Amino acid sequence: MTDWLFLAEVCLAGIGAGALYALTGVAFVLIYKATRVVNLAIGEILMLGGYAFLGFAAGWGLPAWAALPLAVLCGGLFGAVVERTLIRPMLGESPISVFMVTVGLGSMLVGAVELGWGADPLRLPEFVPNRPVFIGEAYLAPKVAYGFVAASLVIAAFVLAFRFSRSGVALRATAGDQGAAYSVGIDVPRVFSLAWTAACATAAGAGVLVGSIGGISPTMGVFGLSVLVVVIVGGLDSIMGALVGGLLVGLIEALAGAFLGGEYKLLATFGLLILILMLRPYGLFGTHEIERL
Amino acid sequence: MRIATLKTSYAGDEALFDTKLQRSLLALFGLVLAVFPFVAGPYWLFMACLVAINVASATGLNILTGYTGLVSLGQAAFMGVGAYTVAILELRVGTPFPVNLLAAGATTALVGAVVGLPSLRVKGLYLAIATIGASVILHFVFANWSLTGEARGLSMPPARLFGNDLDQPFELYWVIVPITAAMILGAANLFRTRIGRAFIAIRDRDISAEVLGIPLLRYKLTSFAISSFYAGVAGGLWAYFFRVVTPESFPLINSIFYLAAIIVGGMGTILGGILGAAFMTMVPEVLKLVVGWFSPYFPDALAALAPIRTIVFGALIVGFLIFEPQGLAEIWARVRRFFHLWPFKT
Repeated sequence: MTDWLFLAEVCLAGIGAGALYALTGVAFVLIYKATRVVNLAIGEILMLGGYAFLGFAAGWGLPAWAALPLAVLCGGLFGAVVERTLIRPMLGESPISVFMVTVGLGSMLVGAVELGWGADPLRLPEFVPNRPVFIGEAYLAPKVAYGFVAASLVIAAFVLAFRFSRSGVALRATAGDQGAAYSVGIDVPRVFSLAWTAACATAAGAGVLVGSIGGISPTMGVFGLSVLVVVIVGGLDSIMGALVGGLLVGLIEALAGAFLGGEYKLLATFGLLILILMLRPYGLFGTHEIERL
Repeated sequence: MRIATLKTSYAGDEALFDTKLQRSLLALFGLVLAVFPFVAGPYWLFMACLVAINVASATGLNILTGYTGLVSLGQAAFMGVGAYTVAILELRVGTPFPVNLLAAGATTALVGAVVGLPSLRVKGLYLAIATIGASVILHFVFANWSLTGEARGLSMPPARLFGNDLDQPFELYWVIVPITAAMILGAANLFRTRIGRAFIAIRDRDISAEVLGIPLLRYKLTSFAISSFYAGVAGGLWAYFFRVVTPESFPLINSIFYLAAIIVGGMGTILGGILGAAFMTMVPEVLKLVVGWFSPYFPDALAALAPIRTIVFGALIVGFLIFEPQGLAEIWARVRRFFHLWPFKT
């Protein structure tokens, strides 16, 4: 007999984790849409956000409501600096080179964090209320539940901003056709910078949420690998895809972890990745680019 | 100043080493390699073997990424396949080690061709990510299959040749370095054949290559197979060198290391693979030396060694891509040009 309550709890936890994947996936897609850069350092920027929060909350003794925005701000600033110093000079280079630049950036971040805080995993100070949450009868860890709510709010804000704000429209125009965007007076370099800033700020925020659930360590960047699967499954340039992919990957990881064992988690996600790449190489919702000579 | 290189025959034009100076320098380098083990200490021999193994693997990746334009982040996992093949054959079957090395290459070539299958549908970064997926799956197999010793891994006896145990770097040097040299020569010659030229055509524009009559699937899979063969043999040598193979021996970061090596060295040149792999292998050792100088003044300098290595590793990738995208091979070519044209300037 299947234990339905257990299944429901596992699914809920999976969806909760999936929301964080979706949030990071949105950050990833934002960068890809605007600048066509596959940013493998997204997991490390997440980690940076977690450590920045730790630095503000534990190091400076700031309360969580002040440390969280500061960590997000740090992430945004970092994104702007990276875009200006590392990504801008690579404009027009092959996508692989830019991809490798982000790989190198990730390595530098890991080293810097290890130098600053040591290689051991650390716990973030508690800032989420820890009264258990029940949905129907199923128990859900409060951190996961609040993480889900926060991620949903941010994603909703992003979707609205894309649709209605001036910068959002400029970003969509740049994604559609850079040359055309230039000619109607959109400042494309500014859009690039904005996309990196917003994406890295989001990733840093997601890092605080992820860190509050599982603790932070220099190897947290592995989270970025799962995010990579999320965006490939959803389609690299689709916000909708990041949402669906995030929830799907979160669910699959939770189910594989609960019913097969922890070591099957990565195997399940990457199995899904290979499957999707074989069936729909451009992802569930991605644009199928047609190549011409 | 060199006035001109007049070629009077097709053979002269096609020659791998076209000037007398180049041939004599190469002979000199060969002589240095032969004398090296008699004058160097065990540490330098150890490093030389390690460099040679990494050069072999990086050259393989260069065939795939530098010449065929298919980015792979699975090189370390492929080396793992080779290493495990050698270890299993050595422990279960007991075949002599040249056979094991060839078998390692063949097995890995087969695995590589299977991993390369998505390369027809996806390319560029999608392919890179598919190879990450493949290496995660291979890693899972290493860690959970009873034949590969699960998480404990396998320990194996030393290689035997003519009744001698090859268990010192001095002895292994005579196996590893000649094999690597032969593999480099093979790679250099590959690009004078139809297959190699087809790889280059695919790199430059795969659709155009197909229009020219190059069957994409066959050549892309061939490239994967050849590259994986190199990785497999390098992995086999690695297994004989360290004699312990565990799932943790071939993490994803090693695949990034090989990709970084050919970027730093220069993609799409044989020299680049050699220089890059040697450089990237030696940098951590140089850092250890430098940090050692500082340790009397900063007591915890040695603890900072690992993170400093990680930072320098990333900084080298980023720095070379931004400031010297053609890599060390281009610097070398520039030096050569300077002397060729001296006293004039480019």
